[in-house]
Amino acid sequence: MAFKNRDVISINDFSKEDLLHILKAAKSMEKSRPNLLKGKILATLFFEPSTRTRLSFIYAMESLGGKVLGFDDTKQSSLQKGESLWDTAKIVEKYSDIMVIRHPVEGSARLMAESSSKPVINAGDGANQHPTQTLLDLYTIQKVKGTLNNLNIGMVGDLKYGRTVHSLTNALSHFNPTFYFIAPEALQMPQNYLEELRQKNIKFVKEENLMKVSNKLDILYVTRIQKERFPDPVEYEKYKGYYKLDESLLKNIKNDLKIMHPLPRVDEINKKLDSTKHAVYFEQAANGIPVRKALLALALGKIK
Amino acid sequence: MKKEVSISAIKEGTVIDHIPSNVTLKVAEILNLDDVAGIISIATNLPSKKMAKKGIVKIGDKLLTQDEVNKIAVIAPDATVNIIENYNVKRKLKVLLPDIIEKIVKCSNPNCITNNEKAETRFYVLNKTPLKLKCHYCERAMNKEDIVLL
Repeated sequence: MAFKNRDVISINDFSKEDLLHILKAAKSMEKSRPNLLKGKILATLFFEPSTRTRLSFIYAMESLGGKVLGFDDTKQSSLQKGESLWDTAKIVEKYSDIMVIRHPVEGSARLMAESSSKPVINAGDGANQHPTQTLLDLYTIQKVKGTLNNLNIGMVGDLKYGRTVHSLTNALSHFNPTFYFIAPEALQMPQNYLEELRQKNIKFVKEENLMKVSNKLDILYVTRIQKERFPDPVEYEKYKGYYKLDESLLKNIKNDLKIMHPLPRVDEINKKLDSTKHAVYFEQAANGIPVRKALLALALGKIK
Repeated sequence: MKKEVSISAIKEGTVIDHIPSNVTLKVAEILNLDDVAGIISIATNLPSKKMAKKGIVKIGDKLLTQDEVNKIAVIAPDATVNIIENYNVKRKLKVLLPDIIEKIVKCSNPNCITNNEKAETRFYVLNKTPLKLKCHYCERAMNKEDIVLL
């Protein structure tokens, strides 16, 4: 499918071939291309604060020669005056060639994409989707393991509310993984995701004790237990700090296990693990740059 | 026949029978009959052998298409639809659930954009029985018991 003018709203909109194509394009963006998007303008509409994602998009656009305008604080925007997202997109498309939106309401990016004639990239719509995160996760896995196929993928932490693990599970399902979902029952992967895996004949194991399965894993994807996603603060108190990875993990793992985390972390991974060969989470965050460069260049039709 | 004397037979048009009583008015609304020139009769709380109480909508001088009939599938899946010509049943149509349901259903996720801004709802049918829908915008799946009409 052609990528020019294509919106990036949900990882579920992309086929296996699409995903592989984007990853290939991301690899080509590791080289410097300082004039590729010269004369193009990116609008960043951040209705919700996000330091890393926003900076990563700005850096990606500017290092390809493009310009950026936008806001990261709704106090500055007309939203305070009650302007609809539909209308906002109609206005912003006049000032920019492509837009990136983060908004706490689910489906907001899809609606803006339908309103705008310019391509829209979703940088997170509430608990729903954050497709550029998923793509950089895939890119990282491919880079550190040399392949996406047939891997044993462990996911630990908040699997119930964590949108990154939901999207990553869907995306990896194209590549015949075996999943190890490591969480207490109350934070386990929701039934509808497990049902989809069953339908696709993808193997998965549910486990509460990380040490019981840690030696099987090629990738361990750690997530923060996010306070803001919990409807009940008492529930949050019960589970925060449930998993804290430290050196004791190293006794029972494969030699080439790689540990990932979408960041920011609180106390899920002890800093002592940072300097080990297993930790790839900072590299993972940096991989957002080539991936976002590729998405900008593809959507603007500057690469194929 | 006596039971139906309350609304008269039509010469040409569409008769939708066996509508659950409580959604009869909703069926008429969903079909968007404002521009129909013929006589429209709506009856509800009629006694029925098949169901506790039923509703009927008779639309004069308007032959509904299959696509139009399918719009009522979410609320009246077992309704019977007869196309009438010259007082006779010319064709019977079954109510078929479409693959995409637009406007009729409300998303059960309060944080969905369709519940926060004026936007027409759209759902993909994941499963027909039991009915399971997925919101085009927030991508949440909804089971039959969570489905609320707009």
